[in-house]
Amino acid sequence: MEVVALALAAMLALGCVVFVARPFLREPEAVDDRIRVAGMGEQERIRLEEERDRALAALKELEFDHRTGKISDTDYRESVGALRSQVAQALRALDAQGHAPDERTKADEVTVRV
Amino acid sequence: MPLLGRAALLVAFGLVLYATIAGAYAALRGRRRLLESARNAFLAAFAAAAVASLVLLAALAGHDFSFAYVADHTSRELPLGYTLAAFWGGQQGSLLLWFLVLTGLVSAALALNPRLTREVLPWTVPIGAGIASFFALLLCFVASPFVTHAPPADGVGLNPSLQNPYMLAHPPLLYLGYVGLTVPFAFAMAALASRRADERWIIATRRWTLAAWTCLGVAILLGSKWAYEEVGWGGWYAWDPVENAALMPWLVATAFLHSVMIQEKKNMLRVWNSVLIALAFGLSIFGTFLTRSGVLNSIHSFTESSIGPWFIGFLALVAAGSAALIIWRLPLLRSRTKLESLVSREAAFLYNNLFLVALALTVLWGVVYPLVSEAIRGVAVTVGAPYYNFFAVAFGLPIIVLMGIGPLVAWRRASLRSLAAQLAWPAGVAVAVGVLLALAGAGSSPAGLVGYTFAAFALTTIVQEFARGTRARKALGASSWPSAFSQLVGRNRRRYGGYVVHAAIVLLLLGAIGIGGFGTTREAKLVPGNSMQVGDYRLELLGTAQRRSANAKEIRARLAVFRNGESVGSLAAGKNRYFAEQQTSNEVAIRSDLLRGEDLFVIADQFNSDGSVYLKVLVNPLVNLIWLAGLVFLLGSLITMWPDAREQRRLAGRFAEAEAPAPA
Repeated sequence: MEVVALALAAMLALGCVVFVARPFLREPEAVDDRIRVAGMGEQERIRLEEERDRALAALKELEFDHRTGKISDTDYRESVGALRSQVAQALRALDAQGHAPDERTKADEVTVRV
Repeated sequence: MPLLGRAALLVAFGLVLYATIAGAYAALRGRRRLLESARNAFLAAFAAAAVASLVLLAALAGHDFSFAYVADHTSRELPLGYTLAAFWGGQQGSLLLWFLVLTGLVSAALALNPRLTREVLPWTVPIGAGIASFFALLLCFVASPFVTHAPPADGVGLNPSLQNPYMLAHPPLLYLGYVGLTVPFAFAMAALASRRADERWIIATRRWTLAAWTCLGVAILLGSKWAYEEVGWGGWYAWDPVENAALMPWLVATAFLHSVMIQEKKNMLRVWNSVLIALAFGLSIFGTFLTRSGVLNSIHSFTESSIGPWFIGFLALVAAGSAALIIWRLPLLRSRTKLESLVSREAAFLYNNLFLVALALTVLWGVVYPLVSEAIRGVAVTVGAPYYNFFAVAFGLPIIVLMGIGPLVAWRRASLRSLAAQLAWPAGVAVAVGVLLALAGAGSSPAGLVGYTFAAFALTTIVQEFARGTRARKALGASSWPSAFSQLVGRNRRRYGGYVVHAAIVLLLLGAIGIGGFGTTREAKLVPGNSMQVGDYRLELLGTAQRRSANAKEIRARLAVFRNGESVGSLAAGKNRYFAEQQTSNEVAIRSDLLRGEDLFVIADQFNSDGSVYLKVLVNPLVNLIWLAGLVFLLGSLITMWPDAREQRRLAGRFAEAEAPAPA
């Protein structure tokens, strides 16, 4: 029984070692071994898209809160302008970086304006 | 086969240690292949942990008493289900379950987010592996489940109180909850270490956090149901330190789930959220320490315990490491957005956060104080239910009120006039309910009356939210009312699933107040033919009966039950004397009236040689709402967790980044 257990343990250890060494076995001489990370430009794009999505989501919430009576007409008018200008700012900044809005964002913008 | 179990654990330990060291080096130096190798090591550690677990399960199923663990926690007479459940019945087995679940969950999180953990948050691998290394170390060198000895003829058996169906599900769910919090913790700390201030770690771990929180919540309720039926004192939550151990991380995780929404919507509270997730994880480790170190029996058993000091050391390391990382990254975490108004949804979330964390810390103090007192002054003290009840009311009622007000307030800011208009119906209904209950005599428990009034307020806000939301959706073009309702929930699952969870909390409150404030208890010694009256019920002792089951001798008092003079059936309450364990357990009898939500709860405390029985009988009003709350809670959580295809498409677009190589 002990021999079987030892054999199974050895197989387990060997399998694990091979699996752990796999990246080096697959690419013994890597052309580029560096972890690919987002550059400053990419991080800025993500930040702007987060801002845009946040403002779009806030606009939708505002519309819905207005419809369900949580926000008065006065409060709604005060908030909606600021949020629309936030969306516009983020979109302009993304445009300046050369990132066109995707179809989903366009649809969201239309929804918000309606 | 114990050799295979020990070897598998040693292999797993080597793998997670390698994943920690190699992963940290790879993340620090930006080495891609080394990080992949570390990640593979973590995945392989799960496979090794699974092999070790299978060995233990096979030993349990085969009654292999050469394993000390099997001999200490099972016997030949123990039914198979409980024999297998003994896997988590003892210290070593439950540590192995911790390790198995930890490596499994983190492996799944790594596999489901390959790009994120490989490129954006490379520190996830070493942090997750570092935590796993601690448990592997304990399993290999401190508390191994694979210790062998000369096999006895039979085992000691499983603690009779653990021989209950709820105990088959409660510990694994509890561990899924505890361990599940490792995933958001590892990702959050990895985001800090990797200097990433964006939302990716939150998005990647949102469902993991919700799943862990749901498991923890369901586990707490299953534990309560077990205590209610098995421990047999007639209550459902005793503020026992073991119960509190699970409640504390659940409360903090609840606060986190609310405040993280403010981070997503307003980019605020980033420091606070990092602190909360570290605190929730720390409390889950602390909970495991409490239940597994022996510290609750006495401070002396803790110092004699093999794992207690290790847990304290690890806890200190987690606390110091998290605090250092958060302080180090403060400049990155500071928010540029401010709270616009004290009357806003985010402000309500913030107040609710403060109360939830205050309640968690109060419970923590109640748990820690006796330990500190015994350690420093040598005096054993007990923090009893009055302490906890006081703070549960002091912090719990504002939480219920905020739970009602929060959804009615708009994000950013709301005028007091709009808020007053929103509050009109809920406040009116609450006052009406309060007055009606007072007229009906509910003033016998002032705290209960206030609690029910607040619960009516919170429940009306939830109904109002669904009603107004559905009406708005209908006005926006939904073809029918059911379609409007389904669109409402489908388009904002997190919000409306959250409301369902709120409804579950209200149900829990109704049940807790019912049993705590309006219950009836009577005690009597009856001889056959005698009866006793409890509330609307009359119980007549018919006699006693004994029988022998597979692993115990059972004695029961047979009772005929009448309500308002009409027979409603019979009950049998008594005790079991377990042969192998040489222990006795209370076997209560419960008659549930699901329409009224109440239970008739009978404890046969003492059987006398003259045939008389000493009985304790309770009528627990609305207690079944507590268990119903568990089902509603699960439903709400599932709605909240259900994937949103539109959101996933948007996020996929946002994070489909053209990565650039890191500077060498």
